Amino acid sequence: MISVQQINKSFGQKHVLKDVSLDIPEGETLAIIGRSGSGKSVLMKHIIGLMQPDSGRVFVDGVNINDISYAELRRVRQHFGVLFQGGALFDSMNSFENVAFPLRTFTSMNESEVRNVVQECLSMVELEDVGLKMPSELSGGMQKRVALARAVALRPRYILYDEPTSGLDPETSNTIDELIKNLANQLNVTSIVVTHDMHSVLNIADRAAFIYEGRMHWTGTMDELHKSKDEILTAFVTANEYKIGV
Amino acid sequence: MLRNTPAFILNPLQALGRYSQLLFHAFGAIPEFGTYRKNLWEQMVRIGVESLPIVMMAAAFSGAVTTVQTSYQLVFPLIPKGIIGAIVVPSMILELGAVVTGFILAGRVGARIAAELGTMRVTEQIDALEAMGLNSIGYLIVPRVVAGIVMFPVLYVAACFVGIGGGMLVGDLGGFVPIGEFVDGAREFFQPFDPLFGVIKSLVFGFTITSISCFKGYYTKGGAEGVGRATTQAAVASCVFLLLADLVLAVILL
Repeated sequence: MISVQQINKSFGQKHVLKDVSLDIPEGETLAIIGRSGSGKSVLMKHIIGLMQPDSGRVFVDGVNINDISYAELRRVRQHFGVLFQGGALFDSMNSFENVAFPLRTFTSMNESEVRNVVQECLSMVELEDVGLKMPSELSGGMQKRVALARAVALRPRYILYDEPTSGLDPETSNTIDELIKNLANQLNVTSIVVTHDMHSVLNIADRAAFIYEGRMHWTGTMDELHKSKDEILTAFVTANEYKIGV
Repeated sequence: MLRNTPAFILNPLQALGRYSQLLFHAFGAIPEFGTYRKNLWEQMVRIGVESLPIVMMAAAFSGAVTTVQTSYQLVFPLIPKGIIGAIVVPSMILELGAVVTGFILAGRVGARIAAELGTMRVTEQIDALEAMGLNSIGYLIVPRVVAGIVMFPVLYVAACFVGIGGGMLVGDLGGFVPIGEFVDGAREFFQPFDPLFGVIKSLVFGFTITSISCFKGYYTKGGAEGVGRATTQAAVASCVFLLLADLVLAVILL
């Protein structure tokens, strides 16, 4: 379980996160939603300890990750898989090597075992044939899928997705959404999806957390989201619905 | 109090603090070096082997030009021609071999390191390494700095041999000084400490160039513009600190 407790974070004069608290139970798919610049990605980076809060704490499986050594933090991070907004594939390696990288670095698997796991991960994202291609030879959607294969290679307990569908066409976005749903079911992982794409949220999430002007404005299930009368939340959701023509 | 400190004082101090912090973390990652060993060989090839042709070319021309200029300035009927060898050889060993190699590496290797790491930073590849549980400083910076420290002296020695050889050849072919006299002059004034000083200098230059370039690249901010800025700053700062280190070492050791 992940527990974010009263996180505050400022960059210079800009107070980005204000007393943000959030609990994410095991096995849940949570969507963190909000407008661009509302602090969603900053919150995600706090969850994995890539940023330190000015005040407040983040607990992962009961461990306060803001109060442990760097070596311990790195061990905690090995339970996470992260899909970054642009994929963040290592551009000096081909797709196969990207997926194999965490396996070669953190496990004692031999090359044939590595090859099997990489193939399995690539087939999970339906890209069995791109192993030899460099990231620059792949489309944006394919890059994200290879990055997703890399994120799940070590069988993490938590997967964080930073804007997984941004910049993709609707069809590819749907494919990514399906993959997120399938991976959550197949691997029984806790998923945290940072997005402003409501179509995606309605498709994949069990629960949503809405950040507005740096504060945790609203949290609830998809049912509660549909029924909510909160004006700010409704305005955000409707703007998205209008955009996708629902 | 810090708020009232002028930026031209505060910014360099902040940069020095972050640079020291980066080095501290890099030294802290040395015990895990086994994990990053493969990366070290790759960097040694990139920094050392791939730089060898351009370093040798520049050294050959430096040696040749020094021979011609020394001949133009010093050779009169009463001065033995061997003086050319006595000047060119120590010049290469004490100064030109290391500094020419340093400037070339600052441009070629420094800019490359900063561009690579800067691009990795702005495309979140460094965050991806960290998110996996890897020590990004250990993985990216330690192999580059160690490769710089190991390969720079090798390049320096090659530069000295080629530079002296170039000087000797041009001196002979151009009719400035026969090879025998060049060698005799060089032998007469040779100091055994000179090559050791050159090697010490090249170790310091290797560390300076790679660590500064890693620092600039690792902390790159902004997109393509940020990478461009980091690359330029890495090359310029490497050259400036290389000259500073050159002076300090000369004052301390000579």
